[in-house]
Amino acid sequence: MTGEMSALQLVLTGDPALYAVVRLSLLVSLSAVLCAALIGIPLGALLALTRFPGREGVIVVLNALMGLPPVVAGLAIYLLLSRSGPLGTLGLLFTPGAMVIAQTLLVTPIIAALTRQTVEDLWLEYRDELAALGVGPLGRVATLVWDARFSLVTVLLAGFGRAAAEVGAIIVVGGNIEGFTRTMTTAIALETSKGDLPLAIGLGLVLIAIVVVINALAWGARRAGERYVG
Amino acid sequence: MFNRRTLIAALALGLAAVVPATAQDKSIIVSSTTSTQDSGLFGHILPLFKAKTGIEVKVISQGTGQALDTGRRGDADAVFVHAKAQEEKFVADGFGVKRNPVMYNDFVLIGPKSDPAGIKGGQDIARALTTIKNKKAAFISRGDRSGTHSAELNLWKAAGVDIEKEKGDWYKAIGQGMGAALNTAGSSNAYVLSDRATWISFKNKSNLAIVVEGDKRLFNQYGVILVNPAKHASVKKDLGQQFIDWLISPEGQKAIASYKINGEQLFYPNATDTGA
Amino acid sequence: MRAPFSDLPLVLTEATIAAGPVTILDKVSLMFDAGPPTLLVGPNGSGKTTLLRAAMGLLPLTSGRISWGGRDNASPARRAIVFQRPVMLRRSAAANIGYALAATDTPHAQRIDELLALVGLAGMGNRPARRLSGGEQQRLALARALARDPAILFLDEPTASLDPASTKAIEDIVRDVAARGVKVVMSTHDLGQARRLGGDVALLHRGRLIEHAPAEEFFAQPRTKEARDFIAGELLV
Repeated sequence: MTGEMSALQLVLTGDPALYAVVRLSLLVSLSAVLCAALIGIPLGALLALTRFPGREGVIVVLNALMGLPPVVAGLAIYLLLSRSGPLGTLGLLFTPGAMVIAQTLLVTPIIAALTRQTVEDLWLEYRDELAALGVGPLGRVATLVWDARFSLVTVLLAGFGRAAAEVGAIIVVGGNIEGFTRTMTTAIALETSKGDLPLAIGLGLVLIAIVVVINALAWGARRAGERYVG
Repeated sequence: MFNRRTLIAALALGLAAVVPATAQDKSIIVSSTTSTQDSGLFGHILPLFKAKTGIEVKVISQGTGQALDTGRRGDADAVFVHAKAQEEKFVADGFGVKRNPVMYNDFVLIGPKSDPAGIKGGQDIARALTTIKNKKAAFISRGDRSGTHSAELNLWKAAGVDIEKEKGDWYKAIGQGMGAALNTAGSSNAYVLSDRATWISFKNKSNLAIVVEGDKRLFNQYGVILVNPAKHASVKKDLGQQFIDWLISPEGQKAIASYKINGEQLFYPNATDTGA
Repeated sequence: MRAPFSDLPLVLTEATIAAGPVTILDKVSLMFDAGPPTLLVGPNGSGKTTLLRAAMGLLPLTSGRISWGGRDNASPARRAIVFQRPVMLRRSAAANIGYALAATDTPHAQRIDELLALVGLAGMGNRPARRLSGGEQQRLALARALARDPAILFLDEPTASLDPASTKAIEDIVRDVAARGVKVVMSTHDLGQARRLGGDVALLHRGRLIEHAPAEEFFAQPRTKEARDFIAGELLV
């Protein structure tokens, strides 16, 4: 991406560097949301259905972690993945993999906390029915998650919004390497520091447009599913 | 929405993001400064290096202090920075193999065109800074242990000002990169020290202009150091050394000299000057 | 049949359930055995729903005893309940039945179709369960309960909010199910319904069992003042 062109020109001319950046942004954020969903949804559902001492505390901490500053998450993963850190031998620092890990750390609390709330509300409605059907604990989790699936789409979107918007974590663990770990948000940060504010704003608009499209697609899928399943 | 096949596909996608990163071998990581990156120098010389050697150079751009820290932790294969004293300490502490001078340019004092301190056109940086301090004219400091920041601190010292003691509301350390410092100076009518390369390539000059330049104390030397493989076995010493050798070779030096914006040369190669 | 044992007879002995200072069920002794439906009647708040839930094994007793086929802790596999407002899972009608089948047996397309036909929902298996009418949902809930192949089936006011046509449909199913040898225990506030369906009638009042008699006897010769008042429509609380 050369600074001589406006963001609109880059989009219209199909600038390959721009598309690589967009592709990486989506790949990293969607992968992180997927990983966070695989951890956060079962975790949230289990938390909704189980009662143990300290449960309230866990819920409060989880809710608080929804506001975890990205740069703190980034720094934690950085120290973990640094060659001098405990997982340094993996050689993951300054790679897209590290960015996925950092964003997973950011998104998991959001998905887990919102899933807990969603599933717990549904559980109040389903509790007697599932007990009467003799459904065991694992079956309950599976049933509630499946029946809450349309609400969980919104939960995943909240997670995706967080991942797609943040720059603090991925710039620390990814290094904003051109053509390798540069995403929409880190590119915007870079163009801002180069003083190319119009290009930075333009890229910002492209990012917003992409996020809007993804939300629209997910929303459409949700509505279609609800219409079909009730 | 959630069936098993899409799940597996998405998982595979996630893995795909991770795997090629580790499989990619002919590449090195260089931690460098914001000035070399933001000025576009790397965008100019790295394709030439890659065409010749096939080695991909991944640049992390940070302040000099942070870039050296990245090297210290073993997270980069080479560091390419501009703060001679810090670089020499880095090597002396055993983190780097050898410091190689590569190129220089100079710092310039940037300020509002309205020039509230009345220092425009001078050549004596020490006198200019003293005037700024006396008139309490707004000044933006990088405040981020970068090469430019340490150069600024040295210049205050040269002006006989103990900035730690004397600084007041007029002196703002923002703790950010060169571009952010210039953006801040532009929007708050303040003076700021910048390297010339970043200044020339900077796009948001607004009401700013060069007010002092040409003082020999504004000299800005860049050096490159291979991170010591004895400290960190993960360092790709052969590929890193190849990069350094190319930078200081006549070919690399020519590539640096040929980088121009609007006909203006940004960096001057001086690898042969062993004292630099 | 699947299970090697039956849940019958179901015997409550001085079953008491208290929530704090309030006694919801007060020393109720009652037996349900194979035979025609048992109708639980009584004013609102008399303890009918609580009795059904306790008999299903969903509510622990505060004191007293409950046994199913002579065992205190029988697995609920051969019992089923339809709540007054059954919750439909967010899936198709067929999948709702399949879900209940899966909890007991292998889901089987043919069995699902049989059950749908039994409750008059043949051909509606693909409809989203939550998009069905109230009466249809109630019937689907019946089918779901029957999927468990129960020896005893509890129905909590299954026609409380239904129109006459839907009510009749449910009553027909209940008769059909009872004729197949399933013990039905059903609460209602509809005396006509109790007359039409009841093999025997149990009157609850303020958590206590007031009277338990064959239906004809209960309506023809009520023995207690409460029963006489109830039949006359004057036992309100």
